[in-house]
Amino acid sequence: MNPRRKKRLLITSSLVVGLSLAIGLVLFALQQNIDLFYTPTEIIEGKNETGVKPEIGQRLRVGGMVVNGTVKRDPESLKVSFDLIDNRGGIVTVFFDGILPDLFREGQGIVAQGELLTATQINAFEVLAKHDEEYMPPEVAEALEGMDHLKTDKK
Amino acid sequence: MLAEIGQFTLVIACMLALLQTVYPLYGIYARQQNAIESAKVLTILQFFFVSLSFVILSYLFLVNDFTVGYIATNSNSALPWYYRLSAVWGAHEGSLLLWVFLLSLWSTAVAVLSKRLPVESIARVLAVLGLLSLGFYLFVLLTSNPFLRTLPYFPVDGRDLNPLLQDIGLILHPPMLYMGYVGFSVAFAFAIAALMEGRLDSAWAKWSRPWTMAAWVFLTVGIALGSWWAYYELGWGGWWFWDPVENASFMPWIAGTALIHSLAVSEKRGVFKSWTVLLAISAFSLSLLGTFLVRSGILVSVHAFASDPARGLFILAFLILVIGGSLLLYAVQASKVKSRGRYQLLSRETMLLSNNILLIAALIVVLLGTLLPLVHKEIGLGSISIGEPFFNSMFTILVVPFALFLGVAPLVRWKRQSINELFKPLLHSLLISTALTLIYLYSFASHFTWLALMGVFLGFWVLTTTCYELYLRATHRFSLFTGLTKLGNSHWAMSIGHAGFAVLVIGITMTQNYSIERDVKLHVGESIAFEHYDFHFDSLENMDGQNYTSTGGVFTISKDGKYVTTMKSEKRIYTVQRMPMTEAAIDGGVTRDLYIAMGEVLPDGGWAVRIYYKPFIRWIWFGPLMMGFAGIIMMMDKRYRVKKLVKEEVSNG
Repeated sequence: MNPRRKKRLLITSSLVVGLSLAIGLVLFALQQNIDLFYTPTEIIEGKNETGVKPEIGQRLRVGGMVVNGTVKRDPESLKVSFDLIDNRGGIVTVFFDGILPDLFREGQGIVAQGELLTATQINAFEVLAKHDEEYMPPEVAEALEGMDHLKTDKK
Repeated sequence: MLAEIGQFTLVIACMLALLQTVYPLYGIYARQQNAIESAKVLTILQFFFVSLSFVILSYLFLVNDFTVGYIATNSNSALPWYYRLSAVWGAHEGSLLLWVFLLSLWSTAVAVLSKRLPVESIARVLAVLGLLSLGFYLFVLLTSNPFLRTLPYFPVDGRDLNPLLQDIGLILHPPMLYMGYVGFSVAFAFAIAALMEGRLDSAWAKWSRPWTMAAWVFLTVGIALGSWWAYYELGWGGWWFWDPVENASFMPWIAGTALIHSLAVSEKRGVFKSWTVLLAISAFSLSLLGTFLVRSGILVSVHAFASDPARGLFILAFLILVIGGSLLLYAVQASKVKSRGRYQLLSRETMLLSNNILLIAALIVVLLGTLLPLVHKEIGLGSISIGEPFFNSMFTILVVPFALFLGVAPLVRWKRQSINELFKPLLHSLLISTALTLIYLYSFASHFTWLALMGVFLGFWVLTTTCYELYLRATHRFSLFTGLTKLGNSHWAMSIGHAGFAVLVIGITMTQNYSIERDVKLHVGESIAFEHYDFHFDSLENMDGQNYTSTGGVFTISKDGKYVTTMKSEKRIYTVQRMPMTEAAIDGGVTRDLYIAMGEVLPDGGWAVRIYYKPFIRWIWFGPLMMGFAGIIMMMDKRYRVKKLVKEEVSNG
């Protein structure tokens, strides 16, 4: 083999090895970090698209409306719990230890990210409320479509 | 009446953009000199009309003309005048007007400042820019017109600007970021024009380089500003969230960083040319993709605007046209480009190649993480989100080879380098940077972690090798001091830019590994202590402003019993939208920030309070500022000045 070809072979083969290694790593890391989105009903009955229920201990995101009168606070700490509902009637309970976002209110659409504790309980490590009056994550909007509570917080 | 004039001037500008695209190209085709030369005039005229339109919209904001729908939704008469002005780009329609205005500004800068380029080349570049402008004018006029009236029933007062945007950050961040986004269109236009001509030489790289650098500087500073703004304004104390919109600005930045390095090789050595062209196309395409992602509202993001599917479709079509068209042109013409330079396996060329490969890998990671949720949803598998740990771990892995190579690369010569000569400087640098790392960690780290050791070492490795290289270069022929003054701007730019990267890496490492974040419940009179600091909640104060009511928490901070400072953190309610906002109190410093954000009042009268200790977080923004400064120094290099070019032309010619 002439030196030029040899050099090219060396470069391309190292590129191929590097690339496949990189892709493998990326896919592995991806698999660990994908959080599926569920509505409360989907947590109870399984995903609309696939019918698969989340497993206990699984990381997930859940979006729905905070049910009026369900926000309970622990008097000693920042622990709080509340119920989430969607337009198909499923209700799950979310537990959270920390500061709720400014726009968190009862009757408001929110998204929580966390771990499934039991079939209907979620331990959240992050709670997101919508960003302003106009905007709501499309998936939450979809889950709440047709619920009249949505209008009540608008003037 | 004024609003209609504003819209009318926008239509004229749109027509001029069409002319600017078609007429000069026709001139080149038909060999008509005055048609070719018309490109500059048309560009300047277009700029005049779009500026007029922009000024009119700003004026309407200033005088609170709420008959204009866009102003009624995004402004209010109680807003201070400077926020009324910056509200022009506070939402979708106006920010697109800003976009076309800036595109026109860049085009005009090219037209005015490139006197020494062949008239035909400039005409081609301006025609490409005209085509891009045309696309955006049509977008503004057809889907997002900021001048639409709400007559006959207009509101008495406006709905106010989103309180998050009522901040100095909003005045600065979007224009800077857009200057960067749009600036890549110039690099893009140069690349497309060169492809059309079928002539890609070092001269092309030389013309395109300062423009690309300018765009990159704006984007760098724009992203850093955005990060700083998110840090103090959102009240979460975070500086980067891997939010899709942040990613949308980060992707062109990565492509742009690869591009400025690849352009350097193309200019100096005449190799990597077709790769450079591809990068120029990618950088701008990614800017467009970013716009598409943000404007179409298909992504879940804190930045998402209320969106309209027609807008998304329009940008998607435009995106396909621009990317598809330029890639097609590239496929046809790139084979004509020949790179002649030869280089060996260990040379500056391969070092820069590895820089490019790693940057592209990083780009793919971000692209994948941003687009996968979208694809997943579209193919019917349901919504997903990709967690921060994915990006964080990928970047932690990628930064290791990147920083190691970055340290070595400036020491390596073009074409070939013997390993033996490298051994001594590298060994010295290794020893010095290890020592510095240990001293640094011993002084500032509260405990040991391997990640911190690695990150800080990488930072000091880059700093040490950069200084070492400067020292070697300066003492090559002269004494150290004279040698340093003889170094060219480009060389200083490289060193400062790389040092900026090192500062950034150290900042990120320290913040990510040693931050302390406490969410606590405090009553007035209580205090909490950690990391030698004691935070005492003194009192509550009324701090109402022009268009909000506010409750402020006053805290006294002491360290090891000694008074440090008093901090006031606010909880505001903006009266028009009834929207609560957290104004964090920040006590900044070189080695640490203290951060207090008020949460909510709890039923028993206590407050939920966020208290953070963030070591070295300012370095995260100071690093990019150094990089931006480096870019400016590079642009002022002698060889990009017009006079020098004249001389060269004379001597060559």
